Amino acid sequence: MSNKGNVLLQVQGLQKQFGDNMVLDGITTDICQGEVVAIIGPSGSGKSTFLRSLNLLEVPTGGRILFEGVDITDPKVDINRHRQKIGMVFQQFNLFPHMTVKENIMLAPVNLKLMTKEEAERRALELLKRVGLPDKADAYPGSLSGGQKQRIAIARALAMNPDVMLFDEPTSALDPEMVGEVLEIMKELAADGMTMVVVTHEMGFAREVATRVVFIDGGKIQEENTPKEFFSNPKNPRLKDFLSKVL
Amino acid sequence: MWEKLQHQIMKYFVIEGRSDWWLNGLKTTLLVTILALAVGVVLGFAIALIRSTYEKSGKLKILNFICKIYLTVIRGTPSMIQLLIFYFIIFASVRVDEIIVGGIAFGVNSGAYVAEIVRSGIMSIDKGQTEAGRSLGLNYVQTMRLIIMPQAFKNVLPALINEMIVLLKETAIIGYIGTVDITKAASLVQSRTYSAYVPLFSAAIFYLVLVSILTYFMGRLERRLRKNEQ
Repeated sequence: MSNKGNVLLQVQGLQKQFGDNMVLDGITTDICQGEVVAIIGPSGSGKSTFLRSLNLLEVPTGGRILFEGVDITDPKVDINRHRQKIGMVFQQFNLFPHMTVKENIMLAPVNLKLMTKEEAERRALELLKRVGLPDKADAYPGSLSGGQKQRIAIARALAMNPDVMLFDEPTSALDPEMVGEVLEIMKELAADGMTMVVVTHEMGFAREVATRVVFIDGGKIQEENTPKEFFSNPKNPRLKDFLSKVL
Repeated sequence: MWEKLQHQIMKYFVIEGRSDWWLNGLKTTLLVTILALAVGVVLGFAIALIRSTYEKSGKLKILNFICKIYLTVIRGTPSMIQLLIFYFIIFASVRVDEIIVGGIAFGVNSGAYVAEIVRSGIMSIDKGQTEAGRSLGLNYVQTMRLIIMPQAFKNVLPALINEMIVLLKETAIIGYIGTVDITKAASLVQSRTYSAYVPLFSAAIFYLVLVSILTYFMGRLERRLRKNEQ
């Protein structure tokens, strides 16, 4: 947490309740520019719900989220405008199967009138090169492997030039041999200074790439620290228990 | 032999204005079907959008309620009765062409079935597609238009084609409001010639050909849309 930039996301007492079930029970944390925050925790701990709250795919039932100083939980805020700056990558990729790879990437920038078709196309080809798939521009998602799909999904999110990228277990649906190629892209992104929040089971990634690791369990942040301290010197008993199972 | 055939053709299809019956009948069937298709598709898609928006977000509660009543009434009563109500009650006091009344009546009927077909298509698209669209900053309408509807349409096309075929054949009852379609033409020829065989089989063949043409073109559209997928 050394070279902290400006605060991008401020999460204050975030709560999410499904019926009687308190999934997020008062989460408070700041995410600063350039940080790579890995979020780990057992399944059902609320870590995915937390991530999905950050762009309001899940609407919080309590607390506030400030993105670049604006309270995006305020119903009066035009959330669509802020979502343009918050990229998201899903476990199941969620590419649009009826469009080519290039069209997937161009869709949002063109339809939101941020780029002309030509600009968006140039940008799409550039991003495809960046994720190592320049020859797949005219392919349909159905013909791609899981790893390739996820790299396209990352390119699609990047096309909006987001200020922060959210990754919801981006490698969990992949065959083991494809995990590496996706993590590699994410590593490069991190090295380029992208602010990232990553829910992951990849402890290696959390250890090597993250600038901070957050352990969520029971809807609360139980512990957060630099990866080094986090893994070598865990304090919370639940975290110790969790790490003993996954490492 | 050739002379006998010629005589038969003249008898059933040409003389005493019978060619006009058949031609007008064909025209009426086609016009009513096309008009009803247009009304049905517009109505059906609108209702499907309202209903699925309500199901996904809880918005449009009142509109959804109205749509549900419409679906219940239309699907719960015979199209014949609906046609007669449109002609003799709703359009009783205004002078409107029977073809237009028929087109609206059949369209309103078909819209109910189209609505449920399209709604099932919308609801069958994975929630992740909506989330991906929204996470990119697209609003609900853009997400529906660009991402959900094209996929839903492709998925329900076979069911929609089926509904179109049903609709085309259903128009055979339009004779009851006093206009001549294929069926009515056949029945007129039958009553003048005292022979059922040729007129009724001719009508059946007309319908069969129309349905085959419709099926052919829709099948081509379906293949073209499918071509791109996995």
